[in-house]
Amino acid sequence: MRPNFSRLTVIPLLLAAALAGACSEQPGERTKSAEGVALLNVSYDPTRELYEEYNAAFAAHWQETTGQRVTVRMSHGGSGKQARAVIDGLAADIVTLALAYDIDAIHERANLLPASWQTRLPGNSCPYTSTIVFLVRAGNPHGVRDWGDLIKPGIQVITPNPKTSGGARWSYLAAWGWALARELGTAEALQNPSAAPGFAAAQQEARRFVSALYGHVPVLDSGARGATNTFVQNGIGDVLLAWENEALLVIEKLGAGKFEIVMPSISILAEPPVAVIDHNVDRKGTRKLAEEYLAYLFSARGQELVARHYFRPRSAELASVAARRFPPVTTFTVAAVFGGWTQAQAAHFDDGAVFDQIYATSKAAGGS
Amino acid sequence: MRRIKQYSILPGFGLTLGITLVYTSTLVLLPLAGLFAKSAELGWRDLWQHLAAPRALAAYGLSLGASFAAALIDAFFGLVVAWVLVRYRFFGRRLLDALVDLPFALPTAVSGIALTTLFSEHGWLGMWLAPLGVRVAFTRLGIVVALMFIGIPFVVRTLQPALLELPVALEEAAATLGAGRWQIFRRVILPTLWPSLLTGFAMAFARALGEYGSVVFIAGNMPMRTEIVPLLIMIELEQYDYAGATVLGATMLLLSFALLLAINRLQRWGGRRAGAAT
Amino acid sequence: MDAAWRSDRHREPAPCALDGLREPRWARCLLIATAVGFLGILLLAPLAVVFAGALSQGVRAYLAAISHPDTRAALRLTLLAAAFAVTLSSIFGVAAAWALGKFEFRGKSILTTVIDLPFAVSPVIAGLIFVLLFGLQGWAGPWLAAHDLEVIFAVPGIVLATLFITFPFVARELAQVMQAQGTGEEEAARLLGASGWQIFWRVTLPNVRWGLLYGIILCNARAMGEFGAVSVVSGHIRGLTNTLPLHVEILYNEYQFAAAFAVASLLTLLALVTLVLKALLERRTGKMEGW
Repeated sequence: MRPNFSRLTVIPLLLAAALAGACSEQPGERTKSAEGVALLNVSYDPTRELYEEYNAAFAAHWQETTGQRVTVRMSHGGSGKQARAVIDGLAADIVTLALAYDIDAIHERANLLPASWQTRLPGNSCPYTSTIVFLVRAGNPHGVRDWGDLIKPGIQVITPNPKTSGGARWSYLAAWGWALARELGTAEALQNPSAAPGFAAAQQEARRFVSALYGHVPVLDSGARGATNTFVQNGIGDVLLAWENEALLVIEKLGAGKFEIVMPSISILAEPPVAVIDHNVDRKGTRKLAEEYLAYLFSARGQELVARHYFRPRSAELASVAARRFPPVTTFTVAAVFGGWTQAQAAHFDDGAVFDQIYATSKAAGGS
Repeated sequence: MRRIKQYSILPGFGLTLGITLVYTSTLVLLPLAGLFAKSAELGWRDLWQHLAAPRALAAYGLSLGASFAAALIDAFFGLVVAWVLVRYRFFGRRLLDALVDLPFALPTAVSGIALTTLFSEHGWLGMWLAPLGVRVAFTRLGIVVALMFIGIPFVVRTLQPALLELPVALEEAAATLGAGRWQIFRRVILPTLWPSLLTGFAMAFARALGEYGSVVFIAGNMPMRTEIVPLLIMIELEQYDYAGATVLGATMLLLSFALLLAINRLQRWGGRRAGAAT
Repeated sequence: MDAAWRSDRHREPAPCALDGLREPRWARCLLIATAVGFLGILLLAPLAVVFAGALSQGVRAYLAAISHPDTRAALRLTLLAAAFAVTLSSIFGVAAAWALGKFEFRGKSILTTVIDLPFAVSPVIAGLIFVLLFGLQGWAGPWLAAHDLEVIFAVPGIVLATLFITFPFVARELAQVMQAQGTGEEEAARLLGASGWQIFWRVTLPNVRWGLLYGIILCNARAMGEFGAVSVVSGHIRGLTNTLPLHVEILYNEYQFAAAFAVASLLTLLALVTLVLKALLERRTGKMEGW
């Protein structure tokens, strides 16, 4: 028994040695697998289904043109979290994130791509756009029609935490923009609101509206998918502020009869950008492949897949076809209303900025 | 100069202590030192600003409060469970005994999702609580429930051996002297169990302070209200604020270290008392 | 001390000569009901939720979910990390337990506390420190990148985080057992002329083997279930750096609730196997202890 046992303890040691050997080969595998080349696309939450299909289409396209087999690996998560991972060394060839601010951060903090990244591809490097819509329960029991209805007594709104979720930042800014337009009288004023008379007062009102809106939010999930799960799976809340593509996907995947989409009168033009991470592709020798991967997104086939997964395609030809699926909506841009992402981030989402103040004051006032 | 080590004829002290120190240093001390070095990059002023930000203070208050409440509830019910498991024989006792370790072995993400599903308004338990006006999911109560789940094995498992060790003679003596059962429990049993109970409480508390995976699912994560410190660290990180994250992390670390020192003291105290009793 | 537990372990409460030695019947029932009710709500109900969710789409969907290539890749990675954690923690644990359990020296209490530290450190912080050390913006990061070595967002990072989290388990468990057993037998062996290794293999190890196994089981359970720390350093690359707990979250976020719970149930089953092993071990040694 005794000698037996001592012999037994040797087994884990051998096992560990074998594993150590097996493992040391692992890192190389990522770039040069035996069958061909591999790409890593680091993306945000709601693009899972799109890229799953797109990757297959692209692999077929690449094999046809070059005869080379390509494997595209995916990593999904909250946009900010994903950008941070790339900054900390996640070897992404491509990033496809929720907002330009996060890719700017990759340039600013780690200098892995040039500042001019957004000019390298058409349409501000955004192969698709989307907007923020309301997802309500079947029959729209609370009669929610527009942003203003969200702060009626008793309504619970589900949206993720803008500090961690890209989608939530778009929602927050959409609400702000709507309130601004209401105060300024017309949606046209959003083309250049700071020039409009009464702008300062309107900003105050917008802030009041957004504060009231977050007073109706019972839970702040960290990502868009978490919020959707809270709304759909756990049955919390009356309205979900969602990406349009996410809302359409929920209806497709989780039953048409259970939810409805409400399109607000004004929403934001959400532009999720894509970029090649120069530093990583040059190191791995995958630049050509990575650039083609993004270019193909803008091709007819790519745009078709984009539309099929409920993103609004950039392509003009497809726009008319897509119009049936995507009802027209008055949108405004972050650049026009907030002066771009850097300013919007500093004014609204940084530590101690407006979003934090909203919660600080709601606490001081003995909030609900 | 005093010797570092008391004399012993056994060999291997140098070797084993060497291995221990090297392994501890590379895996624990070095990384943790890095944490402090990183927070030291901030000036005193920034440091203070990060530490005393209202949001951070609220998170500390919540983390400490919820952990304390959960550990307290665990201590009470843990005592009952340990007592029942040790003293009584009933159907299903072995199953119950094995079940106690479940939270330890179950991945925290799984327990978080399961608890949220259970306690949300449409969950098996939530739907009974909702009409009573008790909301668990996405409130502070939910955080306490998740932390109770995490902490219960620690209380039960530290109390069980202590209860087993309890000399029956003491109870017999007390009973012969005419003490009632409740009196014996209060005057004889409880004082003997006290160190173990405190140790279990402190361990549940320490474990609860750092818990992340299960809490984020059930907490609601509202700034100032249901945002725990580990979540705040995550948020700081996602805002690329490494210094802020490390400051919060370092503070938590000091707290844990102090707690652990206290637990080790408690255990030695308990050991001495047990030694004196027998 | 150990022997005392053993004899007590299966002690039936003796038929009472004295009323004061036994609670009244109603009190006993109440206490048992409280314990069963409390554990039932807190522990059994979540367990039931996991399995109900896993089987909500039928057995076939369940099997499909757990045999999916991504699930299998995640399982492999989880087992790999656990194997590393268990092996290294065992080696370290035996060494630390020998030093802490058989000797008295200055600074012992501090060392014990430092060894325990990973148990109380938030998993998020555990992940953070490795990002600070090995991240591209961290200290070792630029050097690692220059030499094309990947630590975080690759398998080594996940193994490291798991090692950190499981650090104290074997050491702590073994140190307690070794301390309880004292040094008498080893000293006797020493006086009879045994060498250090002989003492260890022939005297100490056989005495503490169950304690060692117990520590390993705890360590393994913790290693397979770790979520927070691994989440920070993983990078979530599907099929490459996803462990099972991370895979559960991913599936849950893909609206594949049944699949998520199926994978969760796989983890739960692993946990239950661990618990059964542990219960068997306790029965064998008559020991009840620890965490």
